Amino acid sequence: MEFFKINRNIPFMSYGRYTTTISLVTFILAVFFIATRGLNFGVDFTGGTVMEVHYAQTADLSKVRGQLTDMGLHDVLVQNFGSSHDVLLQVSLKQNVVGAKLSEQILDKLRQQDASVEMRRVEFVGPQVGKDLVENGALALLLVSIGIACYLWARFEWKFGLAAIIANLHDVIIIIGFFAFFQWDFSLTVLAALLAVLGYSVNESVVVFDRIRENFRKMRKTEVAEIIDNAITRTMSRTIITHLCTQMMVTAMLFLGGETLHYFALALTIGILFSIYSSVLVASPLLMLMGVSREDFIKTEKVAEEVLP
Amino acid sequence: MNRYPLWKYLLVLVVFILGLIYTLPNFYGESPAVQILPLRPNLKADSALLQRVGDALKAANLNAEGIALDPTSVKARFNNTDNQLKAKDILQAKLGDDYMVALNLLSRSPQWLSAMNARPMYLGLDLRGGVHFLLQIDMKGALDKAVETASGDMRSTLRDQNIAYSGVSRDGRLVTVKFRDAETRNKGSAELKQRFGSLAFNDKNEGNEILLLATLKPQEENRIQESAVQQNLVTLRNRINELGVAEPIIQQQGVDRIVVQLPGVLDTAHAKDILGRTATLEVRLVDDEHKPIDGSAAPFGTEMFKDRDGSMLLVKKSVLLTGERINDAQPGFDNRSNEPAVHINLDSAGTRKFKEATRENVGKRMAIILFEKGKGEVITAPVIREEIGGGRVQISGQMNTKEANDISLLLRAGALAAPMEIIEERTVGPSLGADNIVRGFRSTQIGFVAIAIFMIAYYLMFGVVSVLALGANLLLLVALLSMLQATLTLPGMAGIALTLGMAIDANVLINERIREELRNGNTPQASIHAGYENAFRTILDSNITTFIAGFALFMFGSGAVRGFAVVLCLGILTSMFSAVLISRALVNLIYGRKLRLTNISIG
Repeated sequence: MEFFKINRNIPFMSYGRYTTTISLVTFILAVFFIATRGLNFGVDFTGGTVMEVHYAQTADLSKVRGQLTDMGLHDVLVQNFGSSHDVLLQVSLKQNVVGAKLSEQILDKLRQQDASVEMRRVEFVGPQVGKDLVENGALALLLVSIGIACYLWARFEWKFGLAAIIANLHDVIIIIGFFAFFQWDFSLTVLAALLAVLGYSVNESVVVFDRIRENFRKMRKTEVAEIIDNAITRTMSRTIITHLCTQMMVTAMLFLGGETLHYFALALTIGILFSIYSSVLVASPLLMLMGVSREDFIKTEKVAEEVLP
Repeated sequence: MNRYPLWKYLLVLVVFILGLIYTLPNFYGESPAVQILPLRPNLKADSALLQRVGDALKAANLNAEGIALDPTSVKARFNNTDNQLKAKDILQAKLGDDYMVALNLLSRSPQWLSAMNARPMYLGLDLRGGVHFLLQIDMKGALDKAVETASGDMRSTLRDQNIAYSGVSRDGRLVTVKFRDAETRNKGSAELKQRFGSLAFNDKNEGNEILLLATLKPQEENRIQESAVQQNLVTLRNRINELGVAEPIIQQQGVDRIVVQLPGVLDTAHAKDILGRTATLEVRLVDDEHKPIDGSAAPFGTEMFKDRDGSMLLVKKSVLLTGERINDAQPGFDNRSNEPAVHINLDSAGTRKFKEATRENVGKRMAIILFEKGKGEVITAPVIREEIGGGRVQISGQMNTKEANDISLLLRAGALAAPMEIIEERTVGPSLGADNIVRGFRSTQIGFVAIAIFMIAYYLMFGVVSVLALGANLLLLVALLSMLQATLTLPGMAGIALTLGMAIDANVLINERIREELRNGNTPQASIHAGYENAFRTILDSNITTFIAGFALFMFGSGAVRGFAVVLCLGILTSMFSAVLISRALVNLIYGRKLRLTNISIG
């Protein structure tokens, strides 16, 4: 079986104008939504209390809300979670005056009404912790970007490092844009997924760049645009197959992994889709734009020739 | 050209077998168990204890699956949780307060595996259930208290030395002493500098006020912070023993935070209660006239306490000194005999009281008692040799360095409790933990099967090889995680799944390369060779970039995310090995020996 029997090079570089426009538009939209809607940060970052409780029978949400109001908690997010037996409660830090003790008080109150209630999960995050997590997350993102750019610079050329990192940060911004638009819960695991996407989608660019370098050496007389087109066309089959496989795994997590892994897998899914696009249609045009040329690679070979007798 | 030397096949085989052995314990599962740990230093986990546990269980008609002795404890396994809970109650009642009886899970893997140190993966709290607390120590409070004590001591020093001053005040961590003229300030400053080595003094004139400013030296601040953390760690360890939790984790994190992880604990209210408790310290005289008799009432005006070895001691009810009067307690050595000793520093009020008390009671014993939750324990009961003035007390004799360390820590625990606050809690019930395992396992399983079907359909024989390599990758990754006992969390399980999804990339790269070489008209053997050679560089590059991301996540991530990072990084190592070396070995075995290979099955 073979999906991609392409003999001629697909002239990707000549689509440059359209693809750049598409990228720019999605990018600007993403930034726009992040700026206007903001992210729906999870309790990991904002601080607060999240409780997941399980009832033996279908839970009556309005009763639960009523009980919480009795306790003086007026603005608690109460919703079903997974099934009608499971309830998720979310109390913001502002309303919580007792700190870590709140979860016990709530559970005691809920037990008064229905003794069958069982605590499944509690997360309490104080204000100090959330701030640290945001700082560490941002630092990690920065460090990964710099680390990858430096590696590609050392391995290829600075133009490649820069092009790859711009293309991948573009992916990351778009994922964050999705989370802002749909107001999905942005938790610590989603942040982990973002960093994983950064590392993963760079793979894409690396594979294409590797081919470009090889082509520069092999195809001496060819135009730069054609060299890049050829590299992309010949790696395309691998790109699609690989992503398909990774996506199979991620899809399994998306549907079977439960609530915790759901958004993690969602971020990965968006990341995978956009990394196919960006490595082909963002990184390579950027490379052209920066004026990559045969000289970037031939230099080293010249030195080698001089050493020969 | 597609043949490996024998040693490479052997290497692959050895690694594979090792992987198999270390993965094996994960399949045996775990049985509920109780773990019995002696709490007092003079009690040992030995065959006598093993015998006692065995007899107690037999008497109660509880059949343990196995009872084993290890260097620190005795462990008994049961076939269900009911028996486990019954056994815990019975053993706790039989053995008393001197032993901790904790619930635990023990691997059912056979003896020969345990002997090879092959253990199942260490599950994080989100998979096994339990509580995670992050506590923050109130360092500002600890430092303020130190300065407050110093300011009181400065006041009494000046008074004792008859140096006229018009006021001592404290603002935050700055102590200001007012003098009438510069001459007395010089005198006072010289006196104070000599006595308070931990403070930095500065002269200052403000308008017509003549001031002396004192602050803590930076190294002193560091020392106070460090000892506050150490002392809190020790108190937490002691208190958590009381909860009866097997394998608790109590660790310092950063400068002023402590992580406490209690696997399996569900009674979080009780746990928080214990963590938030404060201890107090009292110094009293020992009543050596009467003999303490266990079980009978203490004579009038005395109380009975246990000391750290578990023997009884009669102590008078009147209190000589309380913990607030103790500034510091440090382990050290006696200047004369060079024996290990504990040095205690009292504040000025304490010094006065202590001087009086020791003068009147030379030759008698005094007991230092630590109270927690209304229950007292005698830490040490030394004999008073002479009247002690100057506020420097030394306890020595009949202790080794470790004991000196323990005693000074306990004294500080009672005296200098820097308050802690819970700033993060993550509790996962055991049912959710079990659900999480099932979910993580099922998604990996289904994802794997989907990839396998696709790869075999698309690349035929080479697909089979890729899938076998991927399976080996999973095996090695699980083996590595088991071997290192790295904590496996739910995101970590996601990391396993993701690593597998990404690892297939290497095989796809190789297979695509081989197809391409074939299209270019190369012979099958040459294509296989060139395919592997050319793909390797790309595989290396792309894995290194992912590794950079994983490493940064490990450095900056916390808790569950760090678990993901560990799996990601280890997964890259195993997938490099399996995708390149194992799959090549398989291909070489299948095709390498055929001299006239005209056709290969790659779809």
